[in-house]
Amino acid sequence: MSAQSAASDKTDPPKSSRTMIWLRSRLSNIAPFITLLFLVVFFSIASPSFATLDNVGNILNQISITAIMAVGLTYVILCAEIDLSVASVANATGIVVAYFTLQDSYANIANVPLPGYAAILLALLTCFLLGGVNAFGVTRIGIPSFIMTLAMLQIGAGICAMLVRGQIAYAVPPFIATLGQKALGPIPYVVIVAATFLLVGHLVLQYTRFGRYVYMVGGNREAAEYSGVNVRLVIASVMIISAACSGVAGMVGVAYFGSAQQNEFDSYLLDAISAVVVGGTSLFGGRGGIGNTIVGLLVLGVLNNGLDHINIDSFLKILIRGLILLAALVINIYAQRLRANQMN
Amino acid sequence: MVFGGDRPLLELSGISKSFGGVTALRDVDFTLHAGEIHGLVGENGAGKSTLMKIIAGVHTDYGGTMRIDGEERNFRSARDALKAGIGMVHQELSIVPDLSVAENVFLGSQPVTRFGRVDWRGMNAQAAAHLRSLGIDVDPRVPIGSLPIGLQQMIEISRVLFSGARIIILDEPTSALSPPEIERLFGLLQALRQSGRSMIFISHFLDDILGVSDTVTIFRNGRKIVTAEAAGLRKSFLIEHMIGAGHEDLEESYTSEMMLDSKPDAPVVLETSGLTLGRAFRDVSLTVRAGEVLGIYGFMGSGQLELARALFGKLHPEKGTVAIEGRQVSLKGTAAARRAGMAFVPESRRSMLFSHEPLYKNMSISILGRLHPVLLRPNAEREIAERHVVSLGIRPPRVDQHLGTLSGGNQQKVGLAKWLTYLPKVLVLSEPTRGMDVGAKDDVVKIVRGLRDQGIGIVVVSSEPETVLSLADRILVMRKGEVAREFVSEAVSKDRLLDAA
Repeated sequence: MSAQSAASDKTDPPKSSRTMIWLRSRLSNIAPFITLLFLVVFFSIASPSFATLDNVGNILNQISITAIMAVGLTYVILCAEIDLSVASVANATGIVVAYFTLQDSYANIANVPLPGYAAILLALLTCFLLGGVNAFGVTRIGIPSFIMTLAMLQIGAGICAMLVRGQIAYAVPPFIATLGQKALGPIPYVVIVAATFLLVGHLVLQYTRFGRYVYMVGGNREAAEYSGVNVRLVIASVMIISAACSGVAGMVGVAYFGSAQQNEFDSYLLDAISAVVVGGTSLFGGRGGIGNTIVGLLVLGVLNNGLDHINIDSFLKILIRGLILLAALVINIYAQRLRANQMN
Repeated sequence: MVFGGDRPLLELSGISKSFGGVTALRDVDFTLHAGEIHGLVGENGAGKSTLMKIIAGVHTDYGGTMRIDGEERNFRSARDALKAGIGMVHQELSIVPDLSVAENVFLGSQPVTRFGRVDWRGMNAQAAAHLRSLGIDVDPRVPIGSLPIGLQQMIEISRVLFSGARIIILDEPTSALSPPEIERLFGLLQALRQSGRSMIFISHFLDDILGVSDTVTIFRNGRKIVTAEAAGLRKSFLIEHMIGAGHEDLEESYTSEMMLDSKPDAPVVLETSGLTLGRAFRDVSLTVRAGEVLGIYGFMGSGQLELARALFGKLHPEKGTVAIEGRQVSLKGTAAARRAGMAFVPESRRSMLFSHEPLYKNMSISILGRLHPVLLRPNAEREIAERHVVSLGIRPPRVDQHLGTLSGGNQQKVGLAKWLTYLPKVLVLSEPTRGMDVGAKDDVVKIVRGLRDQGIGIVVVSSEPETVLSLADRILVMRKGEVAREFVSEAVSKDRLLDAA
């Protein structure tokens, strides 16, 4: 036995190249982290107002709504699917909760006031229902998730338009208003909600059977199926989880913004996808996790916030964000290829 | 035929190649003459495929030199190699099933009219003429996917020729073919040889190698062992050199008559009646008893692969019933099949394994729910994996190693180990020894027999007679989707199986 293991040790590559192999296999995890460090150092030097405790709080506050959405989206992308309806479902859920809340007289909306808990329940029901439709379309009918959720994006926008008819609602149930606007001591509730979602999302992915299935389905769907994993159920579940996360982000977000109106979450679709992908979760599925998403969220948060602290053309900011996303995509694909090569 | 005099068409000398510290080829010399059919044999991992991939421009960094017509070449891509007249026909055909025969022949280089539109008439006529010149008579307008596999393969070879190849590398071309198709293929190869083309022919089927080759080269452990003229070579000579000394009796065990030993008294664990699925299979009724291996043999495309998938809930027959231990079950999906006590090992490693995940996760995927309904138990997973690694002799014995770094035979064992922790009632194995070397085949036979002796019902589905003969206690032969014959408790040989199929 010992002679055999000694023999197999001999075939190992020398130590230095093993380190390289390790580094290369971790490229998708290391690159976003280095990007984050670089951005923090850069903005700290470029602007004295960036590296302050206040501003760290700002950044966390600014990324919280995206973070809640990105948790569900991480699950979807780990399964090698995509959900383009996250922002739209968030918007619709946020508007539903406001629609069932008594609005002040100046809000010119024909709505149906209900008690707060009922409004919240109906809103949650809405996002589960929309997620369920996504799940049904993808797993039962067999529509590619890219197309299915594109349709759902439009449906969500339609629900928003129908309910508010171009008007703006302001009031939400008190519980939601607290989550979106108040703070527990120095820490805003919205940050606490985001942190909770990230933590639970991480624990479920890493320590439960379902989490393992998510990775396996994304890693090799066929092999998962031939191992007796109910692939359709896993994919349906992640679509619903994604919609549920989006729904909560939408409700809290409406309170955070202080208003519920059409198109107010539009920029969040790109932000949420960027956060997941910039963090290094593989677009081909099976690789990555909530840890990656947190780094991705921080990269985007630092970038958005830092650009406000230095004197830069605000139109150029849009371009810079696009370039960062492109760089992340290049690294994402490149890391995947390195790993594939290593296996042969 | 002797090629001593003229200058070789292809000449490799001192070729070495390693992958991340593992040597695949060591100082290999190889020559190929115009009009030669050169057979390559060796166990899996002996280096045949690696050498072919170097010749075909797939692997570009290697040691040693390659000369074509005496001129030193170093290909940068497969396209480069094709330009130099080297084409490769892979085991998995690279045709596009929905396109027509002509489109496949012209793939990527369709002729166009003056106005830039595809010149259909010209293309069809040229394709038909080209195929006819090779003795293939087929309507160039039909979708290639509708033709038999053998014909598809010949068309693929013709495409490689059509693109100007002088050297054609054929990787396991006969494994999916029926004997008459193999004969036609060999006829085509002979005709090509007459016209001065050279072929390199890789196969595990030693009879095929000896039947068609002029020269045979044997590889073992990344080295060329011997090159000899095929005329007068015996199969035992090949086997001996492929696996080293001391295995003279192996050939006999694979070709002699086997006595089937059915167990008519054991309880039935699996029973199907009248299973029918479209064009794949019709009215299949079978029983499997506890502690019995049922072999299902048929040529590729006889429906046995689909039948295996249906038994694991992946395909859904439109008619018929399945009962496990006497209780009728509905195999709605693979998860339902697993819960009902079925297990399945598919024929391709790619579709049963997670190459980027460690060994232990590959082995535990099917039993996670048994360890804990909700949570993961990584320590228990590792312990179970350690046990399988030892009992199956998996190398290297490290359960945290990524699966993709293991050799093919070891990966196959991992795929089997997945089902060994909690034994299923019925284990369905699809082509369990395809593409395996003699040693690995023996391992699989031992594992399967061990499982049978523990009392589970086993179904082995294969298009290789040796596999079925070496494993089965009872044999069903399928032909064109129907059960054509059953062999129970009698002497059976390869000849009789082929005869029935």
